[in-house]
Order: sequence, then C-alpha cells, then structure tokens
Amino acid sequence: MTVAVRVIPCLDVTGGRVVKGVNFVDLRDAGDPVEMARIYDAEGADELTFLDITASSDVRETTYEVVRRTAETVFIPLTVGGGIRSVRDVDRLLRAGADKVGVNTAAVLRPELIDEISAEFGSQVLVLSVDARRVPGQGIPSGFEVTTHGGRTGTGRDASAWICEAVGRGVGEILLNSMDADGTRAGYDLDMIAATRAVCSVPLVASGGAGQLADFEPAVAAGADAVLAASVFHFGQLRIAEVKVALGAAGHPVRRLRT
Amino acid sequence: MTTPTTRRPRVVILDYGSGNLRSAQRALERVGADVSVTAELAVALNCDGLAVPGVGAFASCMRGLHAIDGPRIIDRRLAGARPVLGICVGMQVLFDRGVEGTQETDGCRQWPGVVDRLTAPVVPHMGWNTVAAPPGSRLFDGVASERFYFVHSFAARSFPVHDAAPFLPPMVTWAEHGEPFVAAVENGALSATQFHPEKSGDAGAVLLENWLSQL
Repeated sequence: MTVAVRVIPCLDVTGGRVVKGVNFVDLRDAGDPVEMARIYDAEGADELTFLDITASSDVRETTYEVVRRTAETVFIPLTVGGGIRSVRDVDRLLRAGADKVGVNTAAVLRPELIDEISAEFGSQVLVLSVDARRVPGQGIPSGFEVTTHGGRTGTGRDASAWICEAVGRGVGEILLNSMDADGTRAGYDLDMIAATRAVCSVPLVASGGAGQLADFEPAVAAGADAVLAASVFHFGQLRIAEVKVALGAAGHPVRRLRT
Repeated sequence: MTTPTTRRPRVVILDYGSGNLRSAQRALERVGADVSVTAELAVALNCDGLAVPGVGAFASCMRGLHAIDGPRIIDRRLAGARPVLGICVGMQVLFDRGVEGTQETDGCRQWPGVVDRLTAPVVPHMGWNTVAAPPGSRLFDGVASERFYFVHSFAARSFPVHDAAPFLPPMVTWAEHGEPFVAAVENGALSATQFHPEKSGDAGAVLLENWLSQL
C-alpha cells in the first residue's frame, strides 16, 4: 500500500481559454479548458493544473468561471496557479471549486504570504511553484537559482534554501519547474529534482522537459512524487494512460482507471 | 400504468467556514442526492443525510463547528439514528481530540482516540492510495480495491475498541502512509472517510452512492 505517482496535465489559460494550441481529434472545442479537463479526467489524469497566465486582473473573472465549471464537471483534484497575491484570491479560488492554489512570484517578493495562506486554509491547499535554473559557479550552494517572470529574471536566491524556507512557512507541496528544460522536450532536470528531494519533506511535482515516454520514470526515480507535463499531452504525442503503464512497468505504483 | 417516482435523498453539506464545498455538492448530486449547503439547524437536523466536510486545522474546524452548534447537531442526529458522513478533517473531529504541535483540541468525542501528525518521510500524504476495507463493508462495496484521493498531514493512527461495549464494534478501514492510519469508519448511522470521495473520481462516486443507498 503506497501512494500512487500522480500524472498531471497542465493547461495554460487566459480569458477563459486554453492558450497553447491543442490537437485532440475527439475534442469538441480544443480551446475550452473544461472540455480539456473532461478528456484528461476520462484518460486517467490524477489531478489537473490550470496556470492562469492573464497579465491584468480585470479579465481574471473568467478564470473563476472556468474553475467553477471544471469543478462541476470533473471529480479529481484541481490546482490553480498564476497571479495569486492575497488570502482573498485564495479564498475566491477555493470557493469556486479549486482544491489547491499555486503561488510563485508573489511569495518570492513577500514570503509572509505563505504564512498567511497556510494559517487561514492549511498547508494542504498551498503549492509553491518554483521556476529554477542552473547557475554553475556563481556561488549559489545548490547550483540552482530561483527566477521570476517566466525565467527571465534571476533573484540570486538559492532554490533549495527557498524551498526549505517555504516549507517551514507552511507550503504543502512544491511544483519544481526547470526553466532550462522547459520547452526543450529533452527530459526533466534530474539533478534539480534530486537536489530538491534531498531537502524537501513535502510532496514534489516535477515539471519542465517531458518529451517522450522514457522521460517520466527517471524523474520519479530521482525523487518526484508526481510528474507534470503540458505540450506532450496537449498535442496527443503521449497519452496519460501510456505514461502510467510505463511507470507501472518500472515498478512505481500508479492509479488505474476502473474498468 | 404509472411510473414510480424514486425519491431523491435530501442531503445537507454542513457549511461552517470557507473551502471547497462545491465539489462535495456536485459529487453528491451526481449520484442522485438533492443537496443543499447550509448551517441552518432545522434543515441540518431533519435531512436524510448530513455530510460534514472539513479542511485545514483541527482547531479551526472545531471553532467553526462550535459556532454553528455543529457537535450538538451531530449528537442529535445520531440519537435519532439519522446518518452522518464526515469527510477529511470532518472525520478527524469525530474523535476524542486533535493534537497539532503543542495545541490540543477537544473533538466531538464520538469515537475514542487521538488525531495527530503522521510519521512519514513525505508529509502531507497527498495523492491516490489503496485501502484495506473489512469484509462486509457497505461503503466500499464494489470499490474495495480502488484508490482514493487523500490530502492530509494528521490522522487517527489507532482506534481503541472496547470489547465490552454492548454495541456492534465500528468497522474500521485502514490505509498506510509511513504507518497505518484510519482511512474510514462505519459505525451505525455515523460514517466517515479520511480521503475525499468527492475528489476520488468514479470510485468516490460509487462510495457516495453506497452511502446514499443507506439513507
């Protein structure tokens, strides 16, 4: 009896629509996040992540609506990240039907946000999203630096130290995104996963770099509790079920759908 | 010829604070319940089934419950053998007490035992896990071998049963994360799950349907 490795598709949404193109033959509306969520649920996704990439707050209402409709359609956990700056933002998302929320830049700028959210709602709702990159020979002990603004801005902060601090403040899960691997489809950054696992006592979700079936198992072997991917799923290049079969064949526990 | 109308069981989700109650509401509606989300005493007392959700800290959930007279609602329902289902922290608060760090909080005292922090390399216990349901379990009928979605750092790690009690002993379902803990209890009109059936896909739907069938 062991908890299963979770396989999590991530959807970028703005203005109530999925941003990156999708190529699913059986989709009625490839741009509708709710429809995508329904398909992924049916395919065996263990959880869904929505990343709200909306820059301005006035179109954020559409995100609440998407969360609301998704929670009414699928019955698996839903994490929503992007632009969360306050306890009030979290409350609204939870009430709309999110189970977890992800914070990133706002927590880097003001770490007390983590204490405030976990005091109000508990650690289990709070995911810290960390966009990290390799910075060898720059005096950062772990060799990985926290970035903001989609990897464009370095903070000079050690990713491992930041994760330890955040867990101490009450984060319940880490979403570790390698900015070097992101978009390359060349595999997860296994060194980054292993370095994080060594210091991280909360669940660890690996993100960035998944390109083929063989990429997932090493991420789990390196210490990830869950694997997240976007484009390989959206373009139908890989199916959730095949990833689970591959993980299961390697001896990792996975959740199979009821037949 | 007339078509018999099947009555939909009326279920109340006890609303005593913030959090995601929408999923529980929709999941119960999906399996045929007529659901309202309220803390109104008369409605909560008289409905066919009362679901008690709960997320966050044991102490804050107890505070929220006391504010709406929740422990008394549960007591009075059970006195009349009217079903109650606790979910996640809504299950934990049914035990004697909760221990969070140095803080000890009295629970609803329906069951003996203490809820405290799980000992495991990775906590919270987050994800889909298997359970060991006892033979004859009605809640797990047809889904005993499925995985359910857990997200919690605290749990009841023992369930002291008094053999001398003149009642049927509670049926306890166990799960394991670092150590064994109570995943579900079926005890007459009072049932509870540590996991989230409303987030456990089709397996969770069957479990909720099994509960509704007892109302």
